[in-house]
Amino acid sequence: MISRRKLIGGIGAATGGLLVTGCDKLNQSPGFRETLRLGETLSYRAHRLISDRAALAREYRPEQRSPIFRANGTRTPAGDVYAAHAASNFTDWRLTIDGLVARPQSLSLAQIRSMPRRSQITRHDCVEGWSAIGKWTGVPLKLLLDQAGVRDRARFAVFRCADDYGPMHYYESIDLVDAFHPQTILAWALNDALLPIPNGAPLRLRVERMLGYKHAKYVERIELVDSLDRIGFGKGGYWEDTNDYEWYAGI
Amino acid sequence: MDQPIPVSVRPLVYRHRLVTRLWHWVNAVTVFVMLMSGLMIFNAHPRLYWGQYGANFDRPWLMIGANGDRGFLSIGDLTVTTTGVLGHWTDSMGNIQRRAFPGWATIPSTYSLSAARRWHLAFAWVLAIGVVGYWLASLINRHIRKDLLPRRGELSPTHIWHDIREHARLRFPTGEAALRYNILQKLAYLGVLFGLLPLIVLTGLTMSPAMDAAWPWLLDLFGGRASARSIHFIAAMLIVVFIVVHLLMVVLAGPYNEIRSMITGRYRLPKERDA
Repeated sequence: MISRRKLIGGIGAATGGLLVTGCDKLNQSPGFRETLRLGETLSYRAHRLISDRAALAREYRPEQRSPIFRANGTRTPAGDVYAAHAASNFTDWRLTIDGLVARPQSLSLAQIRSMPRRSQITRHDCVEGWSAIGKWTGVPLKLLLDQAGVRDRARFAVFRCADDYGPMHYYESIDLVDAFHPQTILAWALNDALLPIPNGAPLRLRVERMLGYKHAKYVERIELVDSLDRIGFGKGGYWEDTNDYEWYAGI
Repeated sequence: MDQPIPVSVRPLVYRHRLVTRLWHWVNAVTVFVMLMSGLMIFNAHPRLYWGQYGANFDRPWLMIGANGDRGFLSIGDLTVTTTGVLGHWTDSMGNIQRRAFPGWATIPSTYSLSAARRWHLAFAWVLAIGVVGYWLASLINRHIRKDLLPRRGELSPTHIWHDIREHARLRFPTGEAALRYNILQKLAYLGVLFGLLPLIVLTGLTMSPAMDAAWPWLLDLFGGRASARSIHFIAAMLIVVFIVVHLLMVVLAGPYNEIRSMITGRYRLPKERDA
């Protein structure tokens, strides 16, 4: 009986060891990683299937906001160009909208701030697991896109940012369902003050049904494209390309 | 003195249906993958909060971390030193790591939130579809009604207390009685099948911002995303407790016979105890 128990214990320990090394091996296998990717595809399809295109993220009351809104990622973009913009309160900052649009745009912050605005108190969910609630004010992306006239062939909006991540600047992309969603805004204010630099001044994307890394900060260009193949390494975003995070970040 | 009946004479009876055995082994893999990849995801932000939000400036009710060369686990005002296991440990290469859960407990074994998410969010589909599928199958084949739901009298305190005492003395049912689940087994299996598993799936969904927009009631049900994340973690720990007790009972009740019955479905009746 003792020997049988010892045997079982030995088998248990060996299985545990094998499980860990086996999983690490599987984790390095491209074929297996490709299989795991099915989870992302399934989630994306399932969410689009069960969810109304315009289903709104929860909006909170002012007193439900986080006392301090945590900033993450780039705190201050490096380089003289951004520093000069910051020193002049971004008066010369321009937002370009180009790619598959009928009327490419180049807008100043003053023009953007004079457009109709939307304020929303929403929850920011970081992929790491923390969340913070804050009030965002900005121009609905739909208004900007309508002004530019998105061509029929366009399928994604790509956001090009001023913060430098070594080999490339930060970039992100979303599909047009999210781009035209009523809560998707280019925010220029957080909690009724002009957007602080750690939170993405002067303009950041709010795409409320997505995790934090989709909410591109320091946005200087929006490019409409029909495919993500030629963006970065082809997966549609900085973290997607360099660290294999999911492009569909609704979960 | 009675001679024990030889093994060959005691009958081998059909005990577990194919769907039960299939679900059991799929889950045996899936639950471990979910647990270990989940612990890696926890490592990305090893703090738990109650309410709608929670980040570094907010007060966690649970936290794993390192203070100098000391690992610690804090729950409320209680702090225990966990050096070597949680918060501060040595990896297989001999390097000191300050992540919450150690490499032997996580998938992958070295820090990668993105890889852990790939595993977790792919196997989540297997887990969720498996649970719903098993519910349906067990309703149709009457497994729930015939085998799992307590019978009249089984829920009486006297009966439950009797069962607890029998378990504590490691006196397990023999003969025909061993073919039926006892009340503690029934409550454990029902609790996992209709309690912990749906709870962990729903709290998992509540952490998805897209699901919160699609099904806003999730946030109301669990009192916010940060609470859902805490409940998700607690439910996972309760599943660990279940697995530990489950494996212990298998070993105590005779692992060869028990494991065989979960593979082939056939179970050798334990010999009757001498009165």
